[in-house]
Amino acid sequence: MEAIIIGITKSAIRLATPYLYASIGETLGQLSGVLNLGVDGVMLMGAFSAFYTVLKTGNLGLGLLVAIVVGAIFGLLIAFVNVTLKAEQGISGIGFYIFGQGLSSVLFSVMIGSVHTVNGFPPLPIPWFSDLPLVGEILFQQNILVYGAFALIPLSWFLLTKTPLGLNIRAVGQNPQAADSLGVNIVRIRYFTVIAGGILSGIAGASLSIALLNVFQQNLTNGMGFIAVALVYFGAWRPLSVLNGALLFSTVNAIQIWVQVKGINIPPDFTLMMPYLVTIVVLTAMAKRRVRPPAALNKPFQRGEE
Amino acid sequence: MKRNKIIIILTIISIFVLSLGIGASAEAFRVALIMPSTINDFAWSQSMYDALLTIQNEMGKENFQFVYSENMFVVADAAAAIRDYASEGYNLVIAHGSQYGASLADIAPDFPKTSFAWGSTANVFADQGITNIFAYEPYSEEGGYVNGVLAAKLSKKDIFGVIGPIETGDAKRYTEGFKAGIQAVKPNAQVNVTWIGSYSDVALASEAAQTHINAGADVLTGTAQMTVGAIGVARQRGALWFGYDVDQSALAPKNVICSVDVDWVVALKPMIDLIKKGERGGKIFTLNLANGGLKMVVNPEALVGQTIEDIVKGNIQVKVEK
Repeated sequence: MEAIIIGITKSAIRLATPYLYASIGETLGQLSGVLNLGVDGVMLMGAFSAFYTVLKTGNLGLGLLVAIVVGAIFGLLIAFVNVTLKAEQGISGIGFYIFGQGLSSVLFSVMIGSVHTVNGFPPLPIPWFSDLPLVGEILFQQNILVYGAFALIPLSWFLLTKTPLGLNIRAVGQNPQAADSLGVNIVRIRYFTVIAGGILSGIAGASLSIALLNVFQQNLTNGMGFIAVALVYFGAWRPLSVLNGALLFSTVNAIQIWVQVKGINIPPDFTLMMPYLVTIVVLTAMAKRRVRPPAALNKPFQRGEE
Repeated sequence: MKRNKIIIILTIISIFVLSLGIGASAEAFRVALIMPSTINDFAWSQSMYDALLTIQNEMGKENFQFVYSENMFVVADAAAAIRDYASEGYNLVIAHGSQYGASLADIAPDFPKTSFAWGSTANVFADQGITNIFAYEPYSEEGGYVNGVLAAKLSKKDIFGVIGPIETGDAKRYTEGFKAGIQAVKPNAQVNVTWIGSYSDVALASEAAQTHINAGADVLTGTAQMTVGAIGVARQRGALWFGYDVDQSALAPKNVICSVDVDWVVALKPMIDLIKKGERGGKIFTLNLANGGLKMVVNPEALVGQTIEDIVKGNIQVKVEK
């Protein structure tokens, strides 16, 4: 029984890792009023650039750094289109998704050509903690990008609720006119959150290609970026709730794999449906205490406009 | 006036050049390939692309030309591509995936001079009166059986994990063969099967492999392009892997013991010959161990590489009595 719990929980934590980076990044952007549906495309670019760097140099830190830079460039582009050019955010996001997916596929074909494997970030046991019974093996024998994803939850919570910057981000997303009249630089705040979101999406991709899967192939993320956006709504723009959503989805997924491995006689078509079904059921059950999205979400800022 | 002259001359030249092109390609046999993933997926699509390359190298570029469309996982997109290629006069349009059958049955009657092929299937739509569709079908269970026998002999724990996409077609046949092969050697061995419901979800395939190993498996296998994720896990955790579609040993040289290589040339060559003789379809081509359509590619490095290295480095000393 203990082995089963450890196995399922470790699986769930691994599966949740890319969602956490991408969802927290998206949370920052949405709280400041920018909807970015291009997450999956940025993840793919991060995954490709990190993988290519590691394949050529063997340097994992450099691979991560390149993914961060590529994510930041994409974040800058997305911010320019959405904040400065005031594009329709839903449409431009889809555009960035297709752009990132297409570009990563083309670069992969031209620069690598076929599927390869690399040695990604190895497990990094944390001294003393990793020897604890049960939780030691589950939580403290993971790789560094898994730790990073979970560290992001308290960090982003602190940023958003305890710092002036976090207050400004939320003010910009709720009532940009009021924030503007108090001297908050709307454009700068939104550039900051969208670029941060791009960086986190880039890391999300890298967590797949150089830490968890250690391969790259075209469309590696398989739509994870869209589930990450859904998790932001599930988590009602609160980091801890985003974590709960990601863990719920991943745990049910880990259980359904385990049910199949154990040969429990439930049709795989049904078990595969479970993560989605459970998520929808929980969302519906929580609908009563539904939180409203940031009031200015999806609305470009125009000074003097109500 | 001078400009008009230049335009006329350019037009004449381009018509001449274009007609040369048409003349050349009218001689060549032209094939269009529609595939669900990419030519470098280390699996299903790559195996067909490799086969067309082989034929082109044998026949020469002047006699054999082919074009392809990748990532046609959406059947509606594939159907549009099939129709486009057919109307462009290709001799043979290959819709490489069992999901494309209904579209082919719909399109083929509109282009009676074009041949179509699809698989894995044994259905050429003869019951609908269609005469220009070929079918191809690998007997994947034969390769699966051989992999299973070898896997059973190498396993120390007698627990095996299979990571399949969707329980149908090649994947189903291969898995059943693999199970039968293991049971022939070790009737009490445990074979755990997971279907991940997707041909492209690398992350889920990877996590399925992790779960199999946590459940005690020391040998894994699987089919379709998302298994690269599972091969990565086998490599990282030291499990053995048995491959399908193409030789997958390059992905994990120390772990991939044996792969079933599907050699579509065995089906394509006689198909092309028939088309040249004027037949448009109606025949089913099988690929099996007997006709060489399935080949077992053993990777010596995974099998004995460690032992050789140990002897070379002096870790193992082989003593003989003098």
